[in-house]
Amino acid sequence: MTSIAFLALFAISIIGYVWNITAVNAIRKGGNRLHSLGYFHGMYAFLVSFIPVFVVILLWLLLQGPVIEWIVAGGLPAGEYDGLGTGEQQLVMAEIKSIARGTIFGEPEEWKIAAAERLTRLYTLSSRAMLIAVVALGLGLMFLSRSKVSAEFRARHGVEHIVSGLMIFCATTAVFVTIGIVASLLFETLKFFDKVSVSEFLFGTNWEPQIPLREDQVAAEGAFGWLPVILGTLVITAVALFIAVPVGLMSAIYLNEFAPCRLRAVVKPALEILAGVPTVVYGFFAVLTVAPAIRAFGAQIGIDVAPNTALAAGGVMGIMLIPFISSFTDDALSAVPRTLSDGALGLGATRAEMVTTVLFPAAIPGIVGGVLLAVSRAIGETMIVVMAAGLIAKMTLNPLDSVTTVTVQIVTLLIGDTSFDNPKTLAAFALGMMLFIVTLIINIFAIRIVRKYREAYD
Amino acid sequence: MYDTSISEKTVTQNSIKFSARNVQVHYGDTHAIKDVSVDIEDKTVTAFIGPSGCGKSTFLRCLNRMNDTIDICRVEGDIRLDGQDIYDKRVDPVQLRAKVGMVFQKPNPFPKSIYDNVAYGPKIHGLARNKADLDEIVERALRRGAIWDEVKDRLNEPGTGLSGGQQQRLCIARAVATEPEVLLMDEPCSALDPIATSQVEELMDELRKNYSLVIVTHSMQQAARVSQKTAFFHLGNLVEFGETGQIFTNPQDERTESYITGRIG
Repeated sequence: MTSIAFLALFAISIIGYVWNITAVNAIRKGGNRLHSLGYFHGMYAFLVSFIPVFVVILLWLLLQGPVIEWIVAGGLPAGEYDGLGTGEQQLVMAEIKSIARGTIFGEPEEWKIAAAERLTRLYTLSSRAMLIAVVALGLGLMFLSRSKVSAEFRARHGVEHIVSGLMIFCATTAVFVTIGIVASLLFETLKFFDKVSVSEFLFGTNWEPQIPLREDQVAAEGAFGWLPVILGTLVITAVALFIAVPVGLMSAIYLNEFAPCRLRAVVKPALEILAGVPTVVYGFFAVLTVAPAIRAFGAQIGIDVAPNTALAAGGVMGIMLIPFISSFTDDALSAVPRTLSDGALGLGATRAEMVTTVLFPAAIPGIVGGVLLAVSRAIGETMIVVMAAGLIAKMTLNPLDSVTTVTVQIVTLLIGDTSFDNPKTLAAFALGMMLFIVTLIINIFAIRIVRKYREAYD
Repeated sequence: MYDTSISEKTVTQNSIKFSARNVQVHYGDTHAIKDVSVDIEDKTVTAFIGPSGCGKSTFLRCLNRMNDTIDICRVEGDIRLDGQDIYDKRVDPVQLRAKVGMVFQKPNPFPKSIYDNVAYGPKIHGLARNKADLDEIVERALRRGAIWDEVKDRLNEPGTGLSGGQQQRLCIARAVATEPEVLLMDEPCSALDPIATSQVEELMDELRKNYSLVIVTHSMQQAARVSQKTAFFHLGNLVEFGETGQIFTNPQDERTESYITGRIG
């Protein structure tokens, strides 16, 4: 029935389109000058009938389920349904629905079968009513737009208004989705803080996310202090930046200023390929190549190295960030006006002097912005660290030790059979919330720096 | 249209600074400069005029090897500064550019303080032994650039905060600070208003006492006002070169005459 409604809507909109064009062409043949071309009158008719009715269909489909269930629940015999808790009510309603679909387990009570029939009847009624509403509303809007057709009618502007409205809607979607994500995170996080105090989470130095399996289990009390976890993230991020920033900067400066055209034409796309490698592949590289190599090297010079070091995970993450930083730096350097570097060269500066004294200082806001965005990527990076970093949270700054990160902990907490009412699972949401806040702050900072210094030169 | 006095401008014979012979420039497949030979005198303003794309800026940029910074550009021929071939392998282009300063079309102060802008050249070339020395060099350059009085109280403010005309005079002061022997100016007034233009033109006349100046200009009035020698370029050829007075009042080539009377351009 729903597909028929959509087909009807399409048909009506297209008929309106053709009808308006025909009408306006008739006016034109009659010798009148038109304000808008026939095409715009047609588009006007199409958009005016299509968009509102489309929205009506979506709302109808969204709301009919809850409304019908509410009606059915209201019609159930007294005492069988209204006295139950929320979970049990849901169970009863699910059983009624499955009876309505024809899957019957055992011998359901009489009143449940009656309710199922009622449910089916209401659904049929609803979809018929929707079809009628769609056709009526569509036709009404079609006649409305037809009635507006005249030589003076500004259909061109009408179409523009409608389209710009659509664009505003699309542009705000991202904002609303972000708000939705934050809200859902926030909800679970608050539940977590019901069970674990905020101060324990923020300032605790012990992270052992366990819960007792049995009431009488000994020594199974969990500890939820996030400090060792975020410390691990920071260690790995620092290692990654230590590799990515110098290499990225140098390669961008070389490619932008020193490299001959032909080399640039080869190396720049190659760097961009590096940016396109899936992070899981970097993870393989870290686990299978880098970590054993570091361990072997450590053994040779007599240092005991953990099998999954922060150095391996951070180093490979740094490689992942190189193209990111170098492309930001390249953009920032290219944005510095050519006249500035010409001025320095014209005064007898060498290229290296020109880069260090004029070009680089002028490009630094853009570069700092890029580095900060790289930081927030490193903090949020998941796959590499899941594969290459450890699982045990330790308060350590040693990059040769095994550390864990916020993202790794979120993944391990949520993997497997989990119930959503114990602190172990909810801790993942609290960690996610903190991660979100940290990266948000860094991003805001980055954007502000880039904006503030951007118009220093025209 | 032109002041008749220019035809009577006193022309003293000065020593030759630049001597170019049979210069060819290619940009990729484009032959931008075709067989240009010209002598540029010391303590003289030489103007390069001609329609857009005629190669006058390209030729100017050959004189301090700024064309080296462009990958696809090839320069052939012989350009000598005081008898020394500047395209010789032994010549360091960086040293050459300190000797042959350049001022660009658009004022391009560095995003640094006024002081640091002027001190930039002396610092990289090690011209000052100490801070007091550097202060003196900066002051002298700013005075030569005729901008000292306007900026002496705000040397630590950014050079980008000055007006267009002040910025251009700052750039001239910056070029002068490295003690060059020749100053090349690529349309130095095209981004300036008439008042700033006349200030810069006065400055050029002043600078002529100590330097050899070569300017590229689109304004024939400017060439007539400030230069003693004029070279007319057309489609990559040097059509005519001579005393400014003669070029403007009695051109030998009909292309020159067409250009200065406004029939081609």
